[in-house]
Order: sequence, then C-alpha cells, then structure tokens
Amino acid sequence: MIEIDVALGRPGGFRLAAGFTAPPAGITALFGRSGAGKTTIIQMVAGVVRPERGRIVVDDTVFFDSRAGIELPIEARRVGYVFQDARLFPHMSVERNLRYGERRSRAAARPIALGAVVDLLGLKPLLARRPHTLSGGERQRVAIGRALLVQPRLLLMDEPLASLDEARKQEILPYLERLRDELHLPVLYVSHAVEEVLRLADHMVALAEGGIIAAGPVSEVMSRPDLLPVLGRFDLGTILECTVARHDTALGLSSLAFADGELRVPLVDVAPGAGVRARIRSRDVALALSEPVDISVTNRLPGLIAAVERQQGPYADVALDLGHTLLHATLTTESVERLALRPGLPAWALIKAVAVEGRSPGLSAAAAPAGP
Amino acid sequence: MLTPEEWTAVRLSLTVAFWATAWSLPVAVLAAFVLARTEFPGKRLLDGLVYLPLVLPKVVVGYLLLLTLGARGLFGQYLDQWFGIRLVFSTSGAAVAAAVVGFPLMVNAIRLALEAVDRGLELAARTLGAGRLDVFLTITLPLMLPGIAAGILLSIASALGEFGATITFVANVEGQTRTIPLAIYSATHTPDGDAVAGRLVLVSVALALGALLLAGLADRRIRLLIGRT
Repeated sequence: MIEIDVALGRPGGFRLAAGFTAPPAGITALFGRSGAGKTTIIQMVAGVVRPERGRIVVDDTVFFDSRAGIELPIEARRVGYVFQDARLFPHMSVERNLRYGERRSRAAARPIALGAVVDLLGLKPLLARRPHTLSGGERQRVAIGRALLVQPRLLLMDEPLASLDEARKQEILPYLERLRDELHLPVLYVSHAVEEVLRLADHMVALAEGGIIAAGPVSEVMSRPDLLPVLGRFDLGTILECTVARHDTALGLSSLAFADGELRVPLVDVAPGAGVRARIRSRDVALALSEPVDISVTNRLPGLIAAVERQQGPYADVALDLGHTLLHATLTTESVERLALRPGLPAWALIKAVAVEGRSPGLSAAAAPAGP
Repeated sequence: MLTPEEWTAVRLSLTVAFWATAWSLPVAVLAAFVLARTEFPGKRLLDGLVYLPLVLPKVVVGYLLLLTLGARGLFGQYLDQWFGIRLVFSTSGAAVAAAVVGFPLMVNAIRLALEAVDRGLELAARTLGAGRLDVFLTITLPLMLPGIAAGILLSIASALGEFGATITFVANVEGQTRTIPLAIYSATHTPDGDAVAGRLVLVSVALALGALLLAGLADRRIRLLIGRT
C-alpha cells in the first residue's frame, strides 16, 4: 500500500495539497493538465522534492514524515523513476545503463533479473549500443528496464510517452501492458492523456490546480462530470467496462457486453471474451422519451433519468441510470426544457455505433482488466 | 641542434608544466565544484580570489608569492623550518608560480564543463541507488572530461609561457628555474644570443603546436567515449 499525504507551497502562489492511497499492485494514474501538480507528487515520492509537511509511506517503509522528522535520502528509497526524457547516461552502453541501478540496489530479494527485463522489453539487440544511437522509443524502453532492475518498491513514471510521436507510443504501450500484467509492482503513472490512462491504469487520481478532484477506479472516476475542468467539455464521457461478446466480421462490427446490455461498435481488435473499456463521450449521447424505431442509431439503451444538472453556457448534464451504470449525456438546456427532463423520468439513450469508434479516444482496445 | 643548456631549459619547462598542472588539477576540480554548485556567504570573495592571478600583473603575482612563500615569507619560513622546503631559486618554486598563474584558466574551463553537466542525469543516478560521491565519480566527472582536458591544456600552455611571476618569485637560475621563456630572455641579453633565442623560439612553437594537436585528438576520443558528438 502506498500512502501519500503531502503539502507544498511554491513561490508564485502555487500550492499543492494532496492525500491519497494507491493499491500495492497495478497502475495508478495521476491525471491532470500540466501544472496540476502530478509530477511534483512523484518527485516527492522519489525524494527529489521535499514536501513542506506530510507523510509518504510505501509498503511499511516511511519515506518522509515531517512530524517524526524522517526523510529517507533519494538513493535509499529504491523507487524506479522513469523520466519523461529517459535520462540515459550518455557515456555508458545500454547494458551498463541497465546494470547501473542493479549493482547499487540494496534489495534483499531480487525477483527481477537482467535477462527477464531484456526479454520483457525486447532490449537484446540494443545492449551494446550507446544511448545517442537509439530512437526515442528505444531509449524509453531502456530507461524502464534500468528502473526495474533497481528492484524497486514501486515504479514512478513521469509521462513516459509524452515526448514520443504516435507511432513510438504505440510501440511502447504493449510493453507497458506486459509490465503491468507480469510484474506485481505498484506503479504511479503521470499522464495527461485520456487514452493512456484508459488503456493502462486501474486506479486514478485526478488533479487540478494542486488539489485532488477525484480518486478511485478508472471507470468510475473517468465517468464523473466533475472532471470537466480537467477533461474539457469535448472529452467528458462515460467509461463502460465491457467484454467482447462476438465479432461480426462481415458487417465489420463487434458486440460488447456490459452490465446493462450490449453495445454495437466498429470492429475491435481484441479476441472474444477479453475485456475492453468503451468510452462514450457525453456529447455523443442523445436522449429520447420513447424508443425510436425508425432511426439509424444502433445503440438504444433504456434507463431512468437520475440527475439533471445545468452547467455553464447552454449546456446541461443529464445522467441516465441504466441499472448498474450512470450514462452521461450533454444536452442543451433548451432540449432539457422542451422535453421537461427531470429525475425519475424513463428515457432512452441513443448512441451511434460510429461514435464509439477507433482506438483513440473513443474506445481503448486494450486487454485492460475489466474493473478492479 | 640544441646545446646542453638549451636542452636543460626545455626539460625544465616540461617538468615545471607537468608538476604545475598535476598539483593544481585536483584543487581546480574542487574549486570549480565549490564555485559552480554551492552557495555560502563570501562566495563572491572566493570567486574573485580564484580569478585574481588572471587580472593581476604577473610580476605582482610573483612578488606576492615571494611575500607569502619566500624564505622569510608569511608561510615560507615555516615551510623551511618544519618541512625543509625552500621554494625560492628552485624548480618546485617555478612550478608553484606556474600553477598559481594557470589556476584561474583551469578552474574556469572545468567550471564551465561542470555547469554544462545535466543535473537530471545526476538525479537519475541517485534514484538508481548511487550516493552523492558515487554520482560525482561515475556520472559528473566522466561527463566533465572534455572540460578537464581543456583545463589541463590551458594550464600546460600557461606554464610553458609563464615568465613574469617566475622570474620575480624564483629568479633566473640555470638548471633550476630557467625555463624556455627565461632562457630566451637571457639569450637576448647576451651578445650573439640570437641563434640561441631563435632555436628556443622554434622549440616553443613546436611544443605549442604539438600540445594543440594532442589536445584535439584527446578531445575527440573523450567525446566519443562519453557519447557527445
């Protein structure tokens, strides 16, 4: 278990105050816009930045406790820190970079062996090379391997994909998934990309302006309308934890089963039975008071209106209770008034199949474990 | 070719340059580190002190050395009493003069190199379990090598050319303190010394060119070694 409760004031008025716990295994995403304080938090966990006050405990080891006057030096914390810019040592080969932390690790047990890391991250052809001859993606893989060989208590990843182009990101993501699934290591993963969080993380902490605005399982937190300041109106949506029911290759469609029914979506590149997270943006959801039949929209889901919330501008957020899921729809207040939408009213949610399209950001076609 | 006296001057120049550089190198690295990486009251004073020999007339530097390290100098008398070390009129003294004059150049080169080292790499090393000294030895120092090489070259060049401080501090004693510049100076004061001066000038030019070539080669090797091309 990782317990973090820290506060810090910076000249210029920035204040950070954040407290949360992260589970002992799996990826916890620290999510928010730049300047929200995500990186500062993991820097405090690593010991690079000292909190004004607070407490940081990882697996019964106290890293920092301002009241007890405890501050473990950086090198004694044994965290694997993967920086956004890799930070490989330019005067060493890839292999010596990998061994740098391994040699210095004071871990009693060493479950992570060099050979295993080399296999996991596909580093074999790179071992003799120098960092300046590597591509951005290769550098980041080496950096991850180097951090793992410290035998870390936890892994800290600071936007490891942010400096890479889309092709390189797609190259690294499968490695991160393997790492998550094969090593039972807690990971704090800083990101401002919805897609990465959906694809990789189990838990998330959403930050804005130095404070936590939501924390919990990804599907729950990502579905909250109060994430508006972080996501913006465009990306606000509902996350459905689904399993692939079947593929209809002739039509090019897949059926995804979730707690309250099925979604028809364009073909998903995942085997039947595997879990996927479907993301339905609130602005792509329409509501009807009766089931429309002569309409092209494929996905029609019945429910009861749970809440109607007026927002800034012409917008209103309507939450439809599908049984186990709250599906959010962004409507105009004009429509809300015309249909006299109010809590308790039965309604149908209409979602075009093509609105839940592609990998990013509508549907994260990853073998993400369905729910915690 | 060269007469035995001229050979002696050449050998002496190289000896003085070597020892001046060898002794000032560790001190220069320390001074560069203190100036580049630490903050303390009075740092500006130290900063000024380090660079003082660069701006002072060399004769003044030599005279100050005489006052402090000379036979009856502030510290010099104790050097003699306690350790039996006499710097005046000796090759060691010439090396001290050359070291003091070349010190600011060396510190400056090393300091610039140190300031160019990415602190992010040092932090990364610490998260990988390396303590401060370990980080300095395995990351910072290797990445500073081009600057250290430049510092060594500057120090050697400065020592080979040093004249004013040397002649003031340790005088012009053949076989002890008469390095190439002093020998040239003496030759120009001797009737028929032109041939001697001319040969020593040629040696000086050859030494300087050789040092530059060597430095260029070393720099290329080092940059290859630390992956900076």
